[in-house]
Amino acid sequence: MTTTVERTALVDFLVRHGDDNVILGQRLGEYISYAPELEEDLAVANIALDHLGVAMHLYDYAAEIEGSGRDSNWYAMFRNERDFTNALLAEQPQPDFAHLIARGFFFDAYQTQLWAGLSSSRDERLSGIAARALKEATYHLRHSSSWVIRLGDGTEESHVRMQRGIDAMWRFTEELFDQPDTDAALVVAGLICDVTAGKGRFDAIVASTLEEATLVSPEDPYQASGGRTGMHTENLGPLLAEMQWMQRAHPGASW
Amino acid sequence: MSYEVPIAPGETVDDLKTETTANHGWQLWEVFVRPKRGLSYTHCGSVHAADSESAVQNARDAYARRGEAISLWVVPSSAIHASDDPESLFESFDDKPYRHPTFYEIPDEVGQL
Repeated sequence: MTTTVERTALVDFLVRHGDDNVILGQRLGEYISYAPELEEDLAVANIALDHLGVAMHLYDYAAEIEGSGRDSNWYAMFRNERDFTNALLAEQPQPDFAHLIARGFFFDAYQTQLWAGLSSSRDERLSGIAARALKEATYHLRHSSSWVIRLGDGTEESHVRMQRGIDAMWRFTEELFDQPDTDAALVVAGLICDVTAGKGRFDAIVASTLEEATLVSPEDPYQASGGRTGMHTENLGPLLAEMQWMQRAHPGASW
Repeated sequence: MSYEVPIAPGETVDDLKTETTANHGWQLWEVFVRPKRGLSYTHCGSVHAADSESAVQNARDAYARRGEAISLWVVPSSAIHASDDPESLFESFDDKPYRHPTFYEIPDEVGQL
């Protein structure tokens, strides 16, 4: 780590991806006890915990670089909606199991590329976090893609609902590969990977999985963005309220 | 064991049956875990799943998420054939000490026997 500019940019990067994981983890946690079977409840909880773990590691590292004496808890619990820079996809609700699976599938296809790229970072701390997260994401992708295929190529009803899930989440997928300008210096320094480089592989995973699932990519070309600059959909506020209220009401409370 | 399930307006008893007893068409699988190389697979429980692939995933999440296994087997529960009639099968061994290899020491080096 050499310059102040790089340090600031790396903190932004770590917090941004920490936000992705903490918000997605919280969303998955909401679903526990609603899954179609007890076994699936366990799977969802397990994946939620993986995401929380990754968020914790990324936040803790950001806190260390900042040297502010904060910990991962502070980033999750004491920042406001506009401070969160997670991708919009992470905060999307799950009115249906197929929505949860579609959201997870796009995220897993993206994160497997992200972690694979970051695991060759020159920053050993970051490459270590990424190498572990890659193993988890590979399993998440196996879980979500097998559900996309099973539901898509299942009964008439499961097909319709899976397609609805894919349609609902599709417009939030381009944003995953947006790369803020501040990342450029980090890419040059070899600290992070070029996130956009994973787009081709992502598209290939999505295309082959949807084909096997007898599903189609939506014709609607509209793509939303704004999450990376703190401009969120209406879904993030209520999520944060539920996630943060305890720490806000009783700051520093612990088990 | 049975209990009265409350019926919502517009719902029939048949609706409830498909929902609660059909188990979404998922069958039961027995799970065997191999904790480490050199040990045998041990039965540890069961999971519901639609097919063998999801049964392996469910078993992994239910029984091996804390690193308890290096490998898993799942077997349809319907494929298990259990012993019956314990009296004739097992109880006749109670009084036959000559069947027990108690006359020599097993060296420690043998390990998992």
